[in-house]
Amino acid sequence: MKRYILLAFTSILMLVSLWMVFVWVPTEKVMGIVQRIFYLMVPVGWLALLSFLIVFIGSILYLINKQTRWDVLARSSAEIGIVCTTLALTTGSIWAKPIWGVWWTWEARLTATLVLWLIYLAYFMVREFAGEESRGARFAAIIGITGFVDIPIVVLATTFWRGMHPPPLVFEGGLAPQMMVTLMVSIAAFTALYFLLLVLRISLRNSEIDIKQLKGTDY
Amino acid sequence: MSFWRKVYAITRKDVLAELRTKETVSAVLVFTLLVIVIFNFAFGTQRDIIEKVASGMLWVTFAFAGVLSLNRAFVMEKEEGCLEGLMVAPVPREVIYVGKMLSSLIFMFLVEAIALPIFAFLFNLNVLTWQNVAVVLLATTGFVAVGTLFSALAVNTKAREMVLPILFFPIVSPVIIFAVQGSDLALSGAPWGSLFSVMQFLIIFDVIFLVISYLIFSFVVEE
Repeated sequence: MKRYILLAFTSILMLVSLWMVFVWVPTEKVMGIVQRIFYLMVPVGWLALLSFLIVFIGSILYLINKQTRWDVLARSSAEIGIVCTTLALTTGSIWAKPIWGVWWTWEARLTATLVLWLIYLAYFMVREFAGEESRGARFAAIIGITGFVDIPIVVLATTFWRGMHPPPLVFEGGLAPQMMVTLMVSIAAFTALYFLLLVLRISLRNSEIDIKQLKGTDY
Repeated sequence: MSFWRKVYAITRKDVLAELRTKETVSAVLVFTLLVIVIFNFAFGTQRDIIEKVASGMLWVTFAFAGVLSLNRAFVMEKEEGCLEGLMVAPVPREVIYVGKMLSSLIFMFLVEAIALPIFAFLFNLNVLTWQNVAVVLLATTGFVAVGTLFSALAVNTKAREMVLPILFFPIVSPVIIFAVQGSDLALSGAPWGSLFSVMQFLIIFDVIFLVISYLIFSFVVEE
């Protein structure tokens, strides 16, 4: 029942945010229509960080308690996280092409996002390579923890190295009020979507574990 | 025995084993030499090109050589069944981490101590300055700190040698970024003052990586 409430809530919020992005918010003066990608890219980027925070917490709890449910949480969150990171990279690329003239530049935040993406790719690969499921979960948790601690370090290193990405306007109040509101609604909609996906993924994972146990393969 | 006595015992064991076989260091050295030769094929002999890519070359070489030697650190233990011996030894797991980390560090420093003069000799580069040596020492420490953790992890997976670089390069990329920057500055003859910020970051990264690896190492080897 709770799930349907969350679904309804997310759908309404998502529709509102779509209407705001495509109809309500004014077009940006310099960049034109392309700038509307902003309302997709920033929320998925935020979700990538949020989901990896959840991976981090789930991984620590799993290493301490060794309860499967924490691994299920971390793993489900990581799956959403890597999809969001991929989306952030893709939408960013589509935005960069008309504005910067290239699909990709080795600029600080792009590089940091790519490194982040690679770390979480390793998170899934190590499970495949570990052989045993519980060992894979333990190794993945190690990556989940070191990877998350690594994020600020990677950002620091790449920023020091080179920067061309515009500084986050959001925190400096340089965003028109209408754009700000649209962005906030978008972020809220995507955050709701994240929790919906997380709940669904966890229940799916739990069913998978149940089936495995019924079939007699170990978890 | 105190903490450091136990650490010393593990490091000493590794160094002794290496002195008897000389497997790791000699193989890694030959590998390093081969990489240097390949770089010569790739970039030619033009002076300005070599100067531009020098610090990158240095760190690609050390990164690959590092992975090679870190792979050996635990594969050797696993193959001879020594890992079980270490596990049942009455020492905390953290001691094993520090001991293995120190021995890997010694091997890496040894390889670098021989490779740097070779670099200087073959490319006529000024890599043997105190500034560059300091950068190399700091960056290698961070590199090995994380590397030892992931080496212990990779040895328990199916495709050992392949797993280590995949896991470990993305995590350690900040160290490589600063190492390349630092060496670049040092090679162009920059004074200590301009290297200060790079060194500062490298030291911070070393400390963070050492602490994290130290704290979670015991979860890697438990079984």
